[in-house]
Amino acid sequence: MADNLTEAKYLIIGNSAGGIGAAEAIREVDEHGSIAIVSDEPYPVYSRPLISEHLAEGCSLERMLYRPADFYERNRISTILGQKAVSLDLAEHTLKLESKSTISWQKLLLTTGGLPIVPPMKGIDREGVFTFTRLDDARAINQYLGGAERAVVIGGGLIGVSVTEALVKRGATVTIVEMKDRVLNTILDEEVSALEDTALRQAGVDIITGHVVSEINGGGKRVHGVTLDDGSKIPCRMVIIAIGVRPRLELVNGTGIKVNRGIVVDRHMTTSHPDAYACGDVAEAYDIPYGECRLTPIWPNAYIGGRTAGFNMAGRPTEYPGGMAMNSMKYFGLNVVSAGMVVPPDESYEVITSNKNGTYRKVILKNGVAVGLIFAGDIEQAGIIRGLVQNQINVSEFKQSLVADDFGLAFLPGKLWRPELEVPAGAVVSPVAAEEPEEVIAGE
Amino acid sequence: MGCGLCEVYCRLEQAASKDMIKALKGDSPRSVPRVVVQRKAPVSFALQCRHCDEPYCVYACLTGALQRDPESGTVLVDTDKCMGCWTCVLSCPFGVIRRDTERGTIAKCDLCYSSGTPACVAHCPNEALVYTEIESPVSTE
Repeated sequence: MADNLTEAKYLIIGNSAGGIGAAEAIREVDEHGSIAIVSDEPYPVYSRPLISEHLAEGCSLERMLYRPADFYERNRISTILGQKAVSLDLAEHTLKLESKSTISWQKLLLTTGGLPIVPPMKGIDREGVFTFTRLDDARAINQYLGGAERAVVIGGGLIGVSVTEALVKRGATVTIVEMKDRVLNTILDEEVSALEDTALRQAGVDIITGHVVSEINGGGKRVHGVTLDDGSKIPCRMVIIAIGVRPRLELVNGTGIKVNRGIVVDRHMTTSHPDAYACGDVAEAYDIPYGECRLTPIWPNAYIGGRTAGFNMAGRPTEYPGGMAMNSMKYFGLNVVSAGMVVPPDESYEVITSNKNGTYRKVILKNGVAVGLIFAGDIEQAGIIRGLVQNQINVSEFKQSLVADDFGLAFLPGKLWRPELEVPAGAVVSPVAAEEPEEVIAGE
Repeated sequence: MGCGLCEVYCRLEQAASKDMIKALKGDSPRSVPRVVVQRKAPVSFALQCRHCDEPYCVYACLTGALQRDPESGTVLVDTDKCMGCWTCVLSCPFGVIRRDTERGTIAKCDLCYSSGTPACVAHCPNEALVYTEIESPVSTE
């Protein structure tokens, strides 16, 4: 679209949640400043989590689009898609692309995302070994899939369980090999991991925990099976590496931008260089329940981090509200949500649980402040508790009601909800014309 | 009063049949009320989407199905794009996003944008629900 583009006021590297969040925020402040988005993926922005639906049910790219087809044009955003950014010069404010062309920029957003972790392993380059983080991965698996496929998924986290569900829907027989003692161990507690384990096994999935794959075997170039660390062998025709993602840092390494595990950013999402910002899976942004910056590679944090960066890039000082790990799952029909800290790191945390009428509820407190939750079953009111975590509310006075089966907003002290619901005292109100709806105010 | 008529009229408004008996008993899939009466004696109040200025649900939406209309400020869902992942349910601090499990999508208040005054407001017998634009500098945040 913009092969001859040589300068952009705002240059965004990465065309997913973070980049779009930034571009939309910039346009709220600066209608005309030139925006360019660079990505090595050739597609307009699509919903990455939907790659499972693509693999499972053939969900089309059109249906996966995160924004309407005319999004870039309507927002006057130049796109350079299907091209890798190869080197960054901070002093010159330039970016060199694979095609050798150079773009100069005034404000830069690094939202390069994550790369799947692929451990060095014998046989890793065989035909039939895949990762699962991008649309092209789903397409490649789809092309490779035969009938009655046997697959080994290495890693029982979100990516591993997502690809497992999709493969099962396609008729494959799947074995998950998880190094730790349970599936989804970073985002769930033991109780709910056990529920997921049961749901997976009922769907015919075999789960091996406490082991790793040490070698991918094959005949010729193709995968024929894997060997585990205890010497046992599992026959299969495909292997999906789903160990996790790590920040994609090749562009910033050596530039002087401060990097810890990811790119270090302040509350304005600014990196150690004043004109360069970062967000999403590549950045270590502020995490509320942990009270420190850390990697939380999830879609909502990427968008809000991008939105914050975009406002700051366009000259409207804005602070990142802080994020948290947060996931909603419904693998094989089991509804589970979790947010914040899910397993208390030490004895100083208080845990409140209930398990009634088919719903498991757990809230974790530190010094009376909510820092995490897990719900399984009826998850509809879990957002209220996530809000308490976000706003660091001391819940000591009403903590037991948080896990009540009829819990709702009315269980919280009035001072937490009345200002949001009532017409403010002294407010000038005017009836709304029927064709211009604005806001509903609910009273008692 | 906690009479629940807002829920009833919301379901009627959403029902394809526009028939009260069918809306409550017969229709399949059944309509899900977008307003829910919260009760914890002695308090009761009707609760529906606050159409936040900074809607966390919209930012959290994984598919782009939730959008805030820039002109009216109304937060709307495109149910064709919604995949029912419930990430917005987890993100809403008011707990007002409902799951329509029969359709596999969320159900949320759209302020009855196609018909003018919201049905919950129009049918509140005690005028406890007010539909108004707040013009004073007093913030509703």
